[in-house]
Amino acid sequence: MKIKKKIPLIDQHDEFGFWGEKFGGSFIPETLKKPIEDLTKEFKKLRNDQKFLSKKNFYFKNFIGQPTSFVKLNNLTNHFGGAQIWAKIVSEANGGAHKIYNATVHALICKAMGKKYIVGDTGAGYAGKMLSMAAKKFGLKCKIFMGAKDIKRQKPNCDAIRKNGAEIVPVYSGSQTLVDAVSECMRYWVSNCDNTHMCVGSTVGPNIFVKICGWSTSQISKELKKQIIFEFKKIPKKIKLINCVGGGSSAYGFWSEFIDYNKKQIELIGVEAGGPKKSLLHAAPLSRNAKIGILHGAASYVCQNNEGQIKETESISAGLDYPGVSPLHCFLKDTKRARYTYATDEEALNAYKIIRKFENLNPSLEPCHAFAEAIKIAPRLSKETIIVVNSCGDANKDKNILKKRLGSIYDK
Amino acid sequence: MINKLLTNSFKKAKKENRPALLTYTVAGDNTKKKSFEILKSISKYSDICELGFPHNTPIADGGQIQTSSYRALKNGIKINDVFSIVSKFKKLITDKPIILMGYYNMIYQYNENKFIDKCKQSKVDGIIVVDLPYPENKKFASKCKKEKINFIQLISPTTSKKRLKNIIKDSHDMIYYISMLSTTGGKLKVHPRVILKEYFKIKAQNRSKNVVIGFGITEKTIKSLKKADGLVVGSAICKEITNSIKKRQNAVTNVANIVKRLKNKIK
Repeated sequence: MKIKKKIPLIDQHDEFGFWGEKFGGSFIPETLKKPIEDLTKEFKKLRNDQKFLSKKNFYFKNFIGQPTSFVKLNNLTNHFGGAQIWAKIVSEANGGAHKIYNATVHALICKAMGKKYIVGDTGAGYAGKMLSMAAKKFGLKCKIFMGAKDIKRQKPNCDAIRKNGAEIVPVYSGSQTLVDAVSECMRYWVSNCDNTHMCVGSTVGPNIFVKICGWSTSQISKELKKQIIFEFKKIPKKIKLINCVGGGSSAYGFWSEFIDYNKKQIELIGVEAGGPKKSLLHAAPLSRNAKIGILHGAASYVCQNNEGQIKETESISAGLDYPGVSPLHCFLKDTKRARYTYATDEEALNAYKIIRKFENLNPSLEPCHAFAEAIKIAPRLSKETIIVVNSCGDANKDKNILKKRLGSIYDK
Repeated sequence: MINKLLTNSFKKAKKENRPALLTYTVAGDNTKKKSFEILKSISKYSDICELGFPHNTPIADGGQIQTSSYRALKNGIKINDVFSIVSKFKKLITDKPIILMGYYNMIYQYNENKFIDKCKQSKVDGIIVVDLPYPENKKFASKCKKEKINFIQLISPTTSKKRLKNIIKDSHDMIYYISMLSTTGGKLKVHPRVILKEYFKIKAQNRSKNVVIGFGITEKTIKSLKKADGLVVGSAICKEITNSIKKRQNAVTNVANIVKRLKNKIK
């Protein structure tokens, strides 16, 4: 298994859609074969179509707002006295998270295909919020599938979704979180694929959804590469790009332009959700060596039992609370291009506390997992080492959880 | 012909000038023992019994089958239990074909070859894998064929003409036509005339294939699709089990009664 150079990772799959011959694919009911084939053809056409690209660029610039800033966290760096800690503040994007890239592209594709309805899944509520924003912008009718447990814990995003005129469909089956929301959304699409477009909220699902999402979020690393060269006049000798990984869309977007570099120069570190300290229900299939399985139409490392039943997961961060992971990350893991680890709920909360103390930054619980790893490794590293954390979401959605767990720190 | 029992069931129904009746129940719903009793009692009226091996992330099943699946899993059903239900049934009733139906991850975790071996040992006649479409299923299908097990290809209203031809060419004795864009248990939202028109397009490709229609078939709708080679009823039966449990009634007799009524409607 080997990564090819100079070809985007999203395109390095075989004719059946597998990366490294075993990750990804399209394990779908017959009914979805045709709509997925149509979408695959359309996307292939659109990504090479100048008119579509300039439209996309226009909305990325004027609707999403780009580039998001790249800043040095001076106080944090000085406090730990090791590596330089930088952050790419992707949460500055319209809506407050990276999910807006994929949502905007899907809305544009939906329009191009002449469909009037768009549906999507959401965990933390950001994918849903962004899809509802994009749907509103482009005049599409929108339904968001969300687990009942997540609706409760991510209320601010739910309010935003409804304000944008989208309908939230609560999902009561299973663990009532993201995994069930994605299942229900797929079921809805099976029944309505003739007039409805489906957006999968991360780099998961059947092959084409992984590709569209990865293509959209790669905007992050395109910006970052320019910003790094601007700051340092060249690509520095030691960089560590740290990103949280749930489905893995922000991590792929954050890394895509840097995959061709030697890992000794640019190390890619993915941080999964370890869950509460003593819980066994972590959502960390990569770092805790889960077996390969098929979930939501793709083969990837999946938290499951011996029988192939998908395991319930538990994490303080709804956006990372997912038993599967992108086939792209499985490929990056097996080729050893990226390294994966996890942070517990407590470590993520502690990272939040530290960030709030030293910096004027308010990262959501998802990127706090990445910050936890940065804080852990920074003190041992040289001053020439550049750590960049993708601060891919804003903590506004987590205010209730943060108030409950950390008291008044949130209001500081 | 790949599987004699399946082919004979269709022949027998044809002789009686009616479609074959296929019933779907979830193995282990609501317990291992009960689901065996249900299977046994409906096999009096059903021509072919489909038995689902339940999965907790079913992306193509509606509410009724989801409820049955969760119930069975909660009561601890395992894949090996499913095989032992089949074995026990086959020892008792030798002329009734059994089709296993489920999602690919369970076969993948069990190991494809081991799964097929177990099917052979317990005398399974056919397999439907919901999320292993054509042509990805070619390899698995040919492994099944070697053991005289029918791998049943699915065709849906969205299947293109060219695809249809290829699927039929590579199919075994039986093909499953999904009546409409829906998960299982949806309300029949397409006119039976339209469904039959599509059905005959499939038949026209190769008359020797037995084509069954499923999705949205209930006591109300079954008669209107009588012209098909076979008709599958699943969610309506699962619903009956749910209702019987709720009302604390005997699920075994209630389910047998509904299957009997279904059979009478197509006689």
